[in-house]
Amino acid sequence: MSDTPVHETGTRLVKRGLAEMLKGGVIMDVVNAEQAKIAEDAGACAVMALERVPADIRVDGGVARMSDPEMIQGIQAAVSIPVMAKARIGHFVEAQILQALDVDYVDESEVLSPADEAHHIDKWAFDVPFVCGATNLGEALRRISEGACMIRSKGEAGTGNIVEAVRHLRSILGDIRKVGQADSAELFDWAKRLQAPLPLVQEIAETGKLPVPLFCAGGIATPADAALAMQLGAEAVFVGSGIFKSTDPAPRARAIVEATTNFNDAQILAKVSSGLGAPMTGIGMDDLDLKLADRGW
Amino acid sequence: MKVGVLALQGAFAAHSSVLEQLGVATTEVRLAEQLADVDALVLPGGESTTISMIAQRTGLWDPLNAFVRSGRPVLGTCAGLILLAAEVLDGRSDQTSLGALDVSVRRNAFGRQLASFEMDVPVVGLDEPFHAVCIRAPAVERLGDGVEVLAEVDGHPALVRQGAMMGAIFHPELADDPRLHELFLAG
Repeated sequence: MSDTPVHETGTRLVKRGLAEMLKGGVIMDVVNAEQAKIAEDAGACAVMALERVPADIRVDGGVARMSDPEMIQGIQAAVSIPVMAKARIGHFVEAQILQALDVDYVDESEVLSPADEAHHIDKWAFDVPFVCGATNLGEALRRISEGACMIRSKGEAGTGNIVEAVRHLRSILGDIRKVGQADSAELFDWAKRLQAPLPLVQEIAETGKLPVPLFCAGGIATPADAALAMQLGAEAVFVGSGIFKSTDPAPRARAIVEATTNFNDAQILAKVSSGLGAPMTGIGMDDLDLKLADRGW
Repeated sequence: MKVGVLALQGAFAAHSSVLEQLGVATTEVRLAEQLADVDALVLPGGESTTISMIAQRTGLWDPLNAFVRSGRPVLGTCAGLILLAAEVLDGRSDQTSLGALDVSVRRNAFGRQLASFEMDVPVVGLDEPFHAVCIRAPAVERLGDGVEVLAEVDGHPALVRQGAMMGAIFHPELADDPRLHELFLAG
C-alpha cells in the first residue's frame, strides 16, 4: 500500500447505505427508554425518538419541537439498534444538535411544527443522513435534491388511518412507472410538472426507481397495514402511534415486524394478526382539523 | 446452481441484484422450505438482533443452523457475519448466533452511523483493491484456528474465510463491484 488508507465518512454511499440496511424492517416511534426496549425486543430495526407520538401532538396542539437531548441519549443508552430523531422542517440548528448527539438518522418531519415556510434544510451540509416525507414524486425528488437519503410517504401521522399513505405511495410509484414510459422529450415536461430537477427525472426514467430507498409512514396500525404498504412497493415501514396507542403494544409490535418480513404470505399474515387486542381507534380524514401532510414545500 | 439470500430484513435485494448480474439464479429465503433446494446462502447486512429474532420466531433458526454447518458455501456480510460468529460481543444479552464461523465479533465496533465509512482495501485473491463500505460495522476481535484473513481494515480482519464460509465486516453488495461475490461463488 502506497498511501495510508483513510476512512471516508459522511459520503452519499455511506448515508444511503444505512437506509439499505433498514429495508424490510420496522422503525418504531418511541417516547422513552422503556418503549425503546419494547420496540427492540419486538424486532424493530430502528427506533424514532420523539417527545410525543403524533396522535398526542394532534390532541395537545401547540408547537411540536425536537425532543430533549437527554431523552434521546436515554434511548441511545437503552438499545443497540439505530436511533433516529426528528427535526422541524427547515430547522437546521435542531439538525445540528441531533448530529452532535450522534443520532443515526434525522427525520426532517412534517409531524413537528415547521420552522421555515419556504426552505427545507440543506441536507448536503451534514454528515448525518436525513429521511424526509413526501406525498408525490415531485416532492420526493425535491427532498432528494436537497440531500435526503431516504424518502418515506407522509401518510397522515397520528390517525391510524392508512388511506393517505396508500394515496402517497400510489402517487409516487405510479408516476415513477409513467416516467419510465416517457420519451426523452417528454422528460423535460415531467420535470416541469413535478417541479423537480431534470437530472433526477432522467435518472428515474433510466432506472425505474427512486435513487434512494422508499419507505412508508403515516397511519400504519395493523400487521395488514404494514403488509399493504410493502405489497404496494414500500421497502420498509415506520410505525408511529399505531403501536403504543394500541391496547397491547408488545405483541402488536412483534406482529407488525413479522408481517413486514412475510408481507406476501397471507397464511402468515392471518396468523400474526390474531388476538392482538384493540388497535388504536383512529380518525377518519373527514374529521381531521389539521392535515400534517400539507406541511412541506 | 441456486443461491439463497436470507430475506428476513436488511440488504437482501442488493445481494440478489449482484448475483443476478453474475448470471446466478437466486431465491429469497424467509421460510424453512425455501432453504431446501439452495446450493449456497448469503446472510445479508441489516439489524442482527432483528434478523435472529425473526428467524427464531418463525422456525427458520434450526434449518439455518443445519445449513451453515453443511459445508455448502455461506457468505455473511455485516449482520450476516454476526449471525455466523461463534461469539458476539456487545450484543443483546439474549442475542444468539449460529456459531459456525470460529470468530468473536463485536457489534457496532466503530461507533454509530457518523463513524460509518468507505475505503479501498486490498483483498487476497483480487488483483485490484476492493471498495469496502462499512455501515455501523462490527469488528472481528478473535480468530479461531483455521480462519484465514483475506482483507484488513486498520490492521484488523475485515474479510475472513473458514472452509466454504466467508464473512465480511463491510458491504460488497453496495460497492457496484461483483468481484467479491465471484470470489465467494468460486469457493
